[in-house]
Amino acid sequence: MSLISAPRRDVAWIGRFSALLRYAVLIGVGLLMLYPLFWMVAASFKPNHEIFGSAGLWPQEPTMDGVVKGWRTGTEYSFATYLLNSFAFIMPKVLLTVVSSVLVAYGFARFRMPGKQLWFALMVATILLPKSVLLIPQYLMFREFGWLDTYLPLYVPCAFATDGFFVFMVVQFLRGIPPDMEEAAVIDGCNSLQVLWHVVVPVIMPAIISVALFQFMWSLNDFLYPLIYLSSVGKYPVALALKMAIDVTEATAWNQVLAMSTIALLPSLIVFFLAQKYFVEGITSGSVKG
Amino acid sequence: MASKADIAEGATTDKSRGGGVAKGRVLLRGVTKCFGAVDVIKGVDLEIAPGELTVFVGPSGCGKSTLLRLVSGLELPTGGSIIIGDRDVTLVHPSERGIAMVFQSYALYPHMSVAENMGFGLKIAGLPKPLIKEKVAKAAEILQLTPLLDRKPRALSGGQRQRVAIGRCIVREPEVFLFDEPLSNLDAALRGQMRVEIARLHAKLGATMIYVTHDQVEAMTLATRIVVLNAGRIEQIGAPIELYRHPANLFVAGFIGSPAMNFMDGIVEAVETDGVSVRLNGATLRLPRHDAAVKPGAKVTVGIRPEHFRVGPTPTDMDHDQAVEFDAIIDLVERLGGETLAHLRMPSLSDGVLVVKISGDVPLRIGTGLRVGVRLAQCHLFDADGRAVGEPAARAVVAA
Ligand SMILES: Nc1ncnc2c1ncn2[C@@H]1O[C@H](COP(=O)(O)OP(=O)(O)OP(=O)(O)O)[C@@H](O)[C@H]1O
Ligand SMILES: [Mg+2]
Repeated sequence: MSLISAPRRDVAWIGRFSALLRYAVLIGVGLLMLYPLFWMVAASFKPNHEIFGSAGLWPQEPTMDGVVKGWRTGTEYSFATYLLNSFAFIMPKVLLTVVSSVLVAYGFARFRMPGKQLWFALMVATILLPKSVLLIPQYLMFREFGWLDTYLPLYVPCAFATDGFFVFMVVQFLRGIPPDMEEAAVIDGCNSLQVLWHVVVPVIMPAIISVALFQFMWSLNDFLYPLIYLSSVGKYPVALALKMAIDVTEATAWNQVLAMSTIALLPSLIVFFLAQKYFVEGITSGSVKG
Repeated sequence: MASKADIAEGATTDKSRGGGVAKGRVLLRGVTKCFGAVDVIKGVDLEIAPGELTVFVGPSGCGKSTLLRLVSGLELPTGGSIIIGDRDVTLVHPSERGIAMVFQSYALYPHMSVAENMGFGLKIAGLPKPLIKEKVAKAAEILQLTPLLDRKPRALSGGQRQRVAIGRCIVREPEVFLFDEPLSNLDAALRGQMRVEIARLHAKLGATMIYVTHDQVEAMTLATRIVVLNAGRIEQIGAPIELYRHPANLFVAGFIGSPAMNFMDGIVEAVETDGVSVRLNGATLRLPRHDAAVKPGAKVTVGIRPEHFRVGPTPTDMDHDQAVEFDAIIDLVERLGGETLAHLRMPSLSDGVLVVKISGDVPLRIGTGLRVGVRLAQCHLFDADGRAVGEPAARAVVAA
């Protein structure tokens, strides 16, 4: 501010005031949108009767009751089992999604093939297809495979780049990267897969991390597919376990449900913040004129 | 040099790479390239001798890069064959052709250090680590990159990045270096410096180099031979000074030399055994030519370079040279310091504006008149098809 000379002080004052106003509005709206989240976290530490008794955020009689009982759950398994179950299919799912999406996207972005435009358009069209349309045929198919009540139907399809959105995302990212580096790698003796591994993958790491992150979060939140394919409670993931806690008893222990919801949020949050720096910093800088 | 064979693994490696007479020779035979329906290269025949630095020049879009990429193997020709050394490499993988390429954008691997960038090709070829390190260190020393070996490309300046890109080539010990406008991303000063470095490198390594540029100075100073391309065809091949003195056609005459040659339309009045008289706008010039193959009445173009006019009462080492003086009006003056470009109207020669290069200390004012001499022996003459008619007589004088 010291750079602004005396005669312009009025202007500076107006500028500061408008900035203040802007931030006040932004913070206000931000809080409003996050309020349910804060409420959920706070409610985890309230006794059950207090949750609907008062609209206040801060627990009047703080207690760990909800967390402890919620963790034990009303079933024979603890919440840890459900968390581990979630990871048991999300990990292969994320891995397969990343590998298959990158391979397919690399093909679309860099190789000539007959009818490429058409294939690409078809792939984008699958993004627009409502998921529910496929539920019944897929269910019948996986039943024939004998895969019901296993995690296979949840992640095996991802090995075939079925998530058009991710392929599309990586293709767009690749289109923004000049192919010179890859050509240099070809001259250096790489075959296509080596080019992909040694040059393309490190360069598109931000996109790959985004894919992994989105797939991770969406899968953790996914309710419908586990509900359809899993029948034994011992295999339930977090989303189903939470639902179960709601309808097993007449009077739902909401503080337990909310406490477990809060815990269920943590993996996503942790992964997101770990990956954050890759969103901020692209790593192409410096390879080409810039 | 035993490592050479190691670098190029693969079935196509043969004994001839060891160092036959033709090592480093590049031969293009009837090479064509179409992209879909577009003919980009329309039949190129070219032989590049070992150790030559050949420069491809031509207007934007004429196919210089495409031709270079055909040699590199990044594109495959539609027709014709490409021979490097003694081998027909038309369909050989780029890494096995014994070439290395420097890209305009440098194309360094952003996630690798300078040393890793330079050694990447050797690593892929499966060379042992100590050997890679040794070769990288050697190349880094040649290019003064040693203190930078651990840096990432993003922490380098443009010139340093370009040196790394060149280092990546040197490490592979190729028979042929390919450069696609390697200096065009650099500023003028750095470009001059890198140009000298490339010339020095060429002298030091003695390798064959093919160099694409549209910078006149780079082409003239670096080239052993210049290949002038236009619309996918070779217009002329020759040593820089040869192209400058004896352009074979209008295109080359207009392309080589900066500022460009002035062209004036005229009609042949008379043809004698030792000269051709050409009627221009208002005057008739008698150009010395021996047995010129034009007929009276034919449309021709007279070309004269900006530096071949004579302005003012210059004391004259060229008085033996026939010069004819004309009146001119100064239209515009561009002072470059050491010399001045004067845009002149000379109604007796042409309707258009002619550019004349004059020494920097001559006082010139826009709108004033001037006497300008035309050195007849240095005039170029082109027939209606744009082909050169005879040759300007005064070779020795041009060089002075
Ligand atoms: N992959 C391609 N597909 C279709 N046309 C192409 C392709 N590559 C190049 N061309 C066309 O070929 C012509 C020659 O291109 P090229 O890049 O060789 O020109 P250039 O002489 O290097 O020009 P510049 O000086 O601008 O680099 C251009 O008209 C270009 O549009
Ligand atoms: Mg080009």
